[in-house]
Amino acid sequence: MTTNPPKLSELQLEYEQEASLLKGDSPGKEWLDIPVEFRDGNWCHAAKPNVIEDLGFNNPRKWSPEDEDWQLEDGWQKIVKNGMKERLDKFRSFKLFMDICVRCGACADKCHFFLGSGDPKNMPVVRQELMRSVYRHEFSWSGKIFKGLVGARPLSEEVLKEWFMYFHQCTECRRCSVFCPFGIDTAEVTLMGRELLNLVGTNINWISEPASNCNRTGNHLGIEPHTYKNVVESLAEDIEDQTGVTVNPTFNRKGAEILFITPSGDVFGDPGIYTMMGYMMLFEHIGLDYTLSTYASEGGNFGLFTSNQSMKKINAKMFHEAERLGVKWILGGECGHMWRVVHQYMDTMNGPADFLEEPVSPITGTKFRNATSTKMVHIAEFTADLIHQGKLKLDPRRNDHLKTTFHDSCNIARGMGMMEEPRYVLRNVCNNFNEMPDHTIREETFCCGSGSGLNTDEYMDVRMRGGFPRASAVKHVKDKYGVNALVAICAIDRASLPPLMNYWNPGVSVYGLHELVGNALVMEGEDERTEDLREDEMEDLESESTSREDDE
Amino acid sequence: MKVVYPFVAVLLLALVAYLGVIAGLEYLFGVIIPYMSLLLFLVGFSWKIYDWVKSPVPFRIPTTCGQAKSLEWIKRNELESPSGFWGVFGRMSLEVLFFRSLFRNTKAELVPGPSLAYSSSKWLWMAGLLFHWSLLVIVLRHYRFFLAGVPGFVEFLESVDGFLQVTLPTLYITDLLLVIAVTFLVLRRLASAQMRIISLSTDYFPLFLILAIALSGISMRYLDKVDVVAIKVLVQGLVSFQFDAPGEIGGMFYVHLFLVCVLISYFPFSKLMHMGGIFLSPTRNLANNSREKRHINPWNPEVQYRTYAEYEEEFREKMVKADLPTEFPLPSEKEKI
Repeated sequence: MTTNPPKLSELQLEYEQEASLLKGDSPGKEWLDIPVEFRDGNWCHAAKPNVIEDLGFNNPRKWSPEDEDWQLEDGWQKIVKNGMKERLDKFRSFKLFMDICVRCGACADKCHFFLGSGDPKNMPVVRQELMRSVYRHEFSWSGKIFKGLVGARPLSEEVLKEWFMYFHQCTECRRCSVFCPFGIDTAEVTLMGRELLNLVGTNINWISEPASNCNRTGNHLGIEPHTYKNVVESLAEDIEDQTGVTVNPTFNRKGAEILFITPSGDVFGDPGIYTMMGYMMLFEHIGLDYTLSTYASEGGNFGLFTSNQSMKKINAKMFHEAERLGVKWILGGECGHMWRVVHQYMDTMNGPADFLEEPVSPITGTKFRNATSTKMVHIAEFTADLIHQGKLKLDPRRNDHLKTTFHDSCNIARGMGMMEEPRYVLRNVCNNFNEMPDHTIREETFCCGSGSGLNTDEYMDVRMRGGFPRASAVKHVKDKYGVNALVAICAIDRASLPPLMNYWNPGVSVYGLHELVGNALVMEGEDERTEDLREDEMEDLESESTSREDDE
Repeated sequence: MKVVYPFVAVLLLALVAYLGVIAGLEYLFGVIIPYMSLLLFLVGFSWKIYDWVKSPVPFRIPTTCGQAKSLEWIKRNELESPSGFWGVFGRMSLEVLFFRSLFRNTKAELVPGPSLAYSSSKWLWMAGLLFHWSLLVIVLRHYRFFLAGVPGFVEFLESVDGFLQVTLPTLYITDLLLVIAVTFLVLRRLASAQMRIISLSTDYFPLFLILAIALSGISMRYLDKVDVVAIKVLVQGLVSFQFDAPGEIGGMFYVHLFLVCVLISYFPFSKLMHMGGIFLSPTRNLANNSREKRHINPWNPEVQYRTYAEYEEEFREKMVKADLPTEFPLPSEKEKI
């Protein structure tokens, strides 16, 4: 391939004509004998020295994965080996998953990177074997005696390069773990793998820099407080221009009832900003007493993709700020990995949040019993409750220009179990919603191909391949139902799916759920709405005779 | 090589036992090795479980495969996304007894378009289930050798298992199913390129070993019949710790017994430990209730994060200018000087 990403026609030709393990063609050698080859589009830029220093990791230096010599420090093998030992003792998941895989192959064709590349090392089982082979060599006596015969191999620079490549061709989406008879989760292996890579200074910038930014400024993008406020206020002005309704977001306000935290991508990224507008309109509509924070101005957490300690550090701001402001509980915006952290890690790491109250919707009085300890509620739960209790005035016809389908974000589906809430909201704010085919949604959903900190431009080749299963499923409903709107509740999705759709399915745009809520909201004192939040023409509502008053 | 080596290894092991008995080593193969291997199995198995349990579960990380407990009017799926003990119990039971996750298996195909198509693929699930259940029944049936009488549940198993009543002695269905299933499991590893590339010698070895055990057992029962009474005497001697020399039994029995000894000795140090491991898997055996009930990490690290005070210290001037509330005012002009 000469370009990054390859031209669509070239890639299609490759899929149709070239031999591939996915199609049952043997690569002709063992995966162990296939060398690692870095080429344009299949590696991410190395973390800059100042970023590594800032995060306190080893061996800051200027280097590139394409270099022959990675300038590893002396004794790096020992650092990795000790790091492995430490993690085996700290994480039962890691130790167990090193031991119990039977290589039954159920996971082999479940990974979007394998489906998009046919690369043997992208079969989840082999991606784990990259680590397991070293584990056997270092930590099992059978590996020490029988070596290669039982699949053991020593840690070499070549192996480290392989780790770097393939632990970054895993978006930690957990799809393989749904199918594994023992629940082995490749994410548990690659999370550890990335921690080990960090120990010897082989980090990628697109993960490390946001993690470093987030610590200093409160968000991944490094936006300072005054700018954050300006941008949100300009979005508020846009709302006023389009709807005639004034919304008044507040910042760092003590005594607000609820602290609202969303990924910074919603504030700064197109099309995330329209989702942000949707939130603000919703809160205005119901008269919610909430505040934003410029300090806890990031829902996402690139620490998750760096190390468990970085994750804890970045996450700590949420509770810290909630306590300082004296809010009752926290409401969280649409984001995937943010919710993996909030749902499965936050309370353990930074709780207990005794200073908060058990969350109750101030509008409906509903107690969110599933969040009584962490005291943080997902916006889809919150909005679904509002709609169910009839508290929102909605005109779903305002989204009639959109034919929607819903992309389950990996972390929301497989790390949280939230499947119905967003669908319920979606069905109530639009009239045209069609599901993608079975085996591509809900717990079997496919990753966008760019999750876990891989959403970077130099990585397009891998991303467009990894996104192929998702794109293929969207194409199915595009052809069948004329779907033109892919709705997602994840900020990474909103950033990564647009280029994926442009590549595979031009004509399909990506929307946030609350953007559609914003479109459908019938607000008090609003001007006549003829355009949606993107200033795209709505269908002419007057000419349609069927009135849908019962939809509210 | 990955296939031939383990195949040859199993043949050699069988030969070792056969020749050993011809050479008059019945005591070694009939008494010493069984004790040693049982000891190895028990100690190894317990050690392995202890070794796993000793590593804590720092985070609550169930893989949710269905709708979680949420608003009351949203139908939840307790078996796929359990919210408490009974849900987890149900989920684990389905997993252990019926291989729930394997049942989900699909096969992906690249079709012209190019596009991807998925179809349900239950062969592995079926073969796996037949294999494991047959093996269990067969192991339980062997219980009759360990006691003077034959316990009721064994008689029951035998009657169900032998319901076909063909051949003499009655053919046990599980014998047949086990051989078919294991053969299928070997062949599927050889048949597809994906399976060939992921399989290690340590995947073939236990399959060949179990197949050899099954075939030697079957040949003793249906073909080259051995002295069952002598076997029962030997086994009961072993069970009651009488180290008497075994009587005349026949080479095939020692092959069978020795391969079983090899299997159980190998067990704790191999992937066969998935038998114990499945119960400990944190993506399956934890309730998805981490926002409702705080999960404790015993080594929760102290982490220095940037506090709001430090943040305000750096940005105070900009914040004041932007009319953002601050904890402290800017120092007045006088103080600055």
